[in-house]
Amino acid sequence: MWTTFDTAIVATGAIAAMSCALPGCFLLLRRSSMMGDAISHTVLPGIAAAYLLTGSRDSLPMFVGAIVVGVLTALLIQAVQRGGQVEEGAAMGVVFTSLFALGLVMIRRAADHVDLDPSCVLYGALELAPLDTVSVGGWDIPRAAISSGALLLINAVFIGIFYKELKLCAFDPGYARTQGIRVGALNLALMTLIAATTVAAFESVGSILVIAMLIVPAATAYLMTDRLPIMLVGSLVFGALSAALGHGMVVWMVDGLGLPDTSSAGMTGVAAGILFVAMALGSPKYGILMRAARSLQLALGIARDDVLAYLYRHGELDPLGTRPRPTASNLREAIRARVAVSAAIWQLRNRRLLAAEGGGIALTPAGRDTARGLVRSHRLWETYLVEKLGLRPDHVHSTAEVLEHITDRTMRESLSRETGDAPRDPHRSSIPPE
Amino acid sequence: MPLPGIRPSIPATPRDDHAEDAPLSIHDLTVAYRRKPVLWDVDLDLPEKRLIALVGPNGAGKSTLLKAALGLVPAVSGDVKVYGRDYKEQRRLVAYVPQRESVDWDFPVNALDVVAMGRYRRIGWLRPVGRADREAAMVALGKVGMADYAQRQISQLSGGQQQRVFLARALAQEARLYLMDEPFAGVDAATEKAIVALLDDLREQGNTVLVVHHDIQTVPAYFDYVVMLNMRVVAHGPVEDVFTEENLRKTYGGKLTLLSAAAEALAGRR
Amino acid sequence: MISSLAAASHAEIVPPMEALWRVLSLQDYNTRVVVIGTTLLGLASGLAGVFLLLRKRSLLSDVVSHSALPGIGIAFIAMTMMGGGGKNTLGLLLGATATALLGIVAVGAIRRFTRLKDDAALAIVLGTFFSAGIALTGVAARMPGAGASGLESWIYGKTASMLFSDALLIGITGLLVTLGTVLLFKELALLCFDEDFAATQGWPVGLLDMLLMGATVAVTVIGLQAVGLILVVALLIIPPAAARLWTHRLRPLAAISAVIGGLACLVGSALSALMENLPAGAIIVLSAAALFCVSLVFGTEGGMLHRGLGAWTLRKRVGRQHLLRALAELAEQSGKDVASFSTIRHRRSWHTATVRGLLASAMKDGLVERVDARHWRLTESGVAEARRVVRNHRLWELFLITHADIAPSHVDRDADMIEHILDERMIAQLEGLMAGENRGHVPPSPHALRPAEGTA
Repeated sequence: MWTTFDTAIVATGAIAAMSCALPGCFLLLRRSSMMGDAISHTVLPGIAAAYLLTGSRDSLPMFVGAIVVGVLTALLIQAVQRGGQVEEGAAMGVVFTSLFALGLVMIRRAADHVDLDPSCVLYGALELAPLDTVSVGGWDIPRAAISSGALLLINAVFIGIFYKELKLCAFDPGYARTQGIRVGALNLALMTLIAATTVAAFESVGSILVIAMLIVPAATAYLMTDRLPIMLVGSLVFGALSAALGHGMVVWMVDGLGLPDTSSAGMTGVAAGILFVAMALGSPKYGILMRAARSLQLALGIARDDVLAYLYRHGELDPLGTRPRPTASNLREAIRARVAVSAAIWQLRNRRLLAAEGGGIALTPAGRDTARGLVRSHRLWETYLVEKLGLRPDHVHSTAEVLEHITDRTMRESLSRETGDAPRDPHRSSIPPE
Repeated sequence: MPLPGIRPSIPATPRDDHAEDAPLSIHDLTVAYRRKPVLWDVDLDLPEKRLIALVGPNGAGKSTLLKAALGLVPAVSGDVKVYGRDYKEQRRLVAYVPQRESVDWDFPVNALDVVAMGRYRRIGWLRPVGRADREAAMVALGKVGMADYAQRQISQLSGGQQQRVFLARALAQEARLYLMDEPFAGVDAATEKAIVALLDDLREQGNTVLVVHHDIQTVPAYFDYVVMLNMRVVAHGPVEDVFTEENLRKTYGGKLTLLSAAAEALAGRR
Repeated sequence: MISSLAAASHAEIVPPMEALWRVLSLQDYNTRVVVIGTTLLGLASGLAGVFLLLRKRSLLSDVVSHSALPGIGIAFIAMTMMGGGGKNTLGLLLGATATALLGIVAVGAIRRFTRLKDDAALAIVLGTFFSAGIALTGVAARMPGAGASGLESWIYGKTASMLFSDALLIGITGLLVTLGTVLLFKELALLCFDEDFAATQGWPVGLLDMLLMGATVAVTVIGLQAVGLILVVALLIIPPAAARLWTHRLRPLAAISAVIGGLACLVGSALSALMENLPAGAIIVLSAAALFCVSLVFGTEGGMLHRGLGAWTLRKRVGRQHLLRALAELAEQSGKDVASFSTIRHRRSWHTATVRGLLASAMKDGLVERVDARHWRLTESGVAEARRVVRNHRLWELFLITHADIAPSHVDRDADMIEHILDERMIAQLEGLMAGENRGHVPPSPHALRPAEGTA
């Protein structure tokens, strides 16, 4: 059963996911996606250190402690990378695992006095978010939603102000520096925001799931579009969708499948992954399916052209029509792309370029015009390749075979000009007129 | 039943006019990077015992030709034979010198280790590098004048020295066909001289060397055979015959607008 | 090692010597199992990690470990549903291995089929798989009658309660990985150094890559139990990164990395046996981190001290040579061998303090002497040394002028600095090169090409 409780969970999760998605876009574009992973691991030592230092469980010192350690992580990684000439990935690995281990030890020491559960820091407890509310203007709003919402606002404002600088730094930091942009400072600011966002989000989605929310929605949006503003908005949408879908799946698993309850934060990450896979497959521009469909269409187009050209050449050899007409199976045999040829013949018939005739297939007048253009292209290319590029006549067929499919009328005209309007191709077949 | 006489433009005779055992015989090779064709229908037999320059403007596909011949980039069509047989059976006979930037020179190995890599195939699986192979590697290093640097970590070598180490690695292979990708790039005059002397030696011993070369000024001095490439083979033959003004103009200045327009159109379609 | 021991045990109550001895001599059965098991793990992961580092794939281990979690969840749920206990270690390990491999495949697929870069592929797989792991273990933990409380130990490790069978499994796997990497050492090295070349040689590059990934997965999965999912990554990354700071050679690198890995595990598990309320996995990683810090500072190849010292001595040498040349050239111009402090200072627009320091140290070495309060001159040995310096400088200048068109590629470092690091061999070469163009190159002070006024 969907209750207002569920709505509150989804809203909180969505706000947290959206707050992560914005800075995540720039992490992705700067090619340091794993920095989010590193920083989100080191929230634990930050919180533990703040607790050990102040002895209080107030959120403010913990918040500050976690941000400080998060930024420290970024700086330490840089220091190890430069100081020890260690490769970036390894430097990250060294720093965040060490800090995380330190955090575990500190938590254990703190745990002697008070209950600090590392699991809570790691996984978060999205389900419990609606229980901890603050009353704002008569509304009970989950505290986690307020803190993440504040960060979402801050991130949006920051990106709004430094939009073009961030863009340039991500694209070409060296050039940005020559333009007087303080790349290091901007980077540090971004890392600070990521640390703050992580801490704000850890209560609801858990610090490790933050990395999923930082990068996965951003990557999904990146596969969708080539334009940064759309990518930013898209990442927000996909972040929010992940939260809704994720919790929806939990409810469905419990109510529909009778499975035990599980972590909504975890399912939010899974949902983000599902959205990513869907986009990787179905993106209109870069999707795997779209590319497959395009190449299928291309193959069909080529088969169509081949059928037309075959029939045209057949007509050339047999101007009086005394020989038997080629049949569909002849065509399939000759062109060696059986399925494509069958589909192509069907399509060409629908377009009235082919017609049944004398027990076989023949070109209609419209079909003959199209086919003449193709054969003309082929022979013009052969002539061009031999005459202008000095290729041997017996080597140009396959190239011309590829090029004929993309040659339009203007290109044919230039080809004809370049080859001096040759009447015959290198194999002495006549080049048909336009 | 295929109809007789259809497609008159397809030649009936098989194209077996390629030399039987040319060191490298490339047949109808077409290569596309991502979506854009970079080599069109390259057809080439390299003669034996020659020092061959492969020249052409930037983006002409020189490195790609080498890589495609070695199977490092997939070819759209075409095949490659080495001394008359499939390249995969003849790997032993082919030594490749990649561009210097292709590897991480901070890698923790010394010059001798790198040269010994040329022997790995000979040594085979699991067996460690033995003394004989180390000695062979040492000899190869000696031939490029780097014997004194055998124990140097490779990042401490100058550009020219690194290039010589790569050459030594190829020498250690004791191959018969050498394919070198810009061995003269970023080296000093002394190294250039040393490399030229080395190439001459290789030819004297009956090997064939194909070198991707940038500096057309030095082609006549260093090489005796030249392949001029700009997406397709413009000309190839002995330097004195084909290294002419006209061929150079065709290679470097020749307008291929139609071919590039076709390449763009193809890229757009796929 | 001692320092790391001390560092890690800072605030704990110092254990009695007797207890320390019991642990170190492996008298307790339990300690023996734990220490030997984790040490073998450290050795194996140190070795496998070297190749990951050299292939610049260190963070792939992070993905592997995180993507093992859903496998554990699935295996647990499946085994519970089939009626068996969900806690069969072997079953859980199989599940972990399966999804860890799937994670690697997913990274490869994202790289291959989308336009996303490496780092994004890693982050996406890590985030998604780990989320799935959390969700699945969440289900597992709430399954009726499952009693899945043990699942958490996979995330944080359960070093202290390691069983003999666990240690045995770790030992066998570690041994296999070690054996495999040692036997395939040269093949893996070639793969990491120059993949294209390896392919032209006919090595099955894909297979080798798969073997390396297999070793990574094996080490990670068995390490999950010992130190936990997040920290096992450290065992694959930290030891090789630390070892890299000690050597530029591959074999020693692998050996040192294995030793550091083993040592960190040995020290860490021994320490945690002494201080039972500390999480063992964390202590092991902190031991490794301590060893890394030591390496970062003291490492003989790229350690900070080493490089700092190098830069400092070079700076000192350059300053000394500049001073000597300034004095010699001043003497050459004026014909007097005495120079005033201010002329020296203006020669290269030095700071006053710099000149004072340079003069003081040169005087200590007997190269210059003080004539009066404001004036200095070269001593006899100072003159000889200065002559050598000036000659090198001019040879180098000549070389730059005659061969300037090719020099920059040869001296890709700072062209102005190169004269200070010329060694004997290069000087001999320079002399050889100059012989033709510059007759009479032997005199120590050839005619200056630039006016001596300039501060070249």
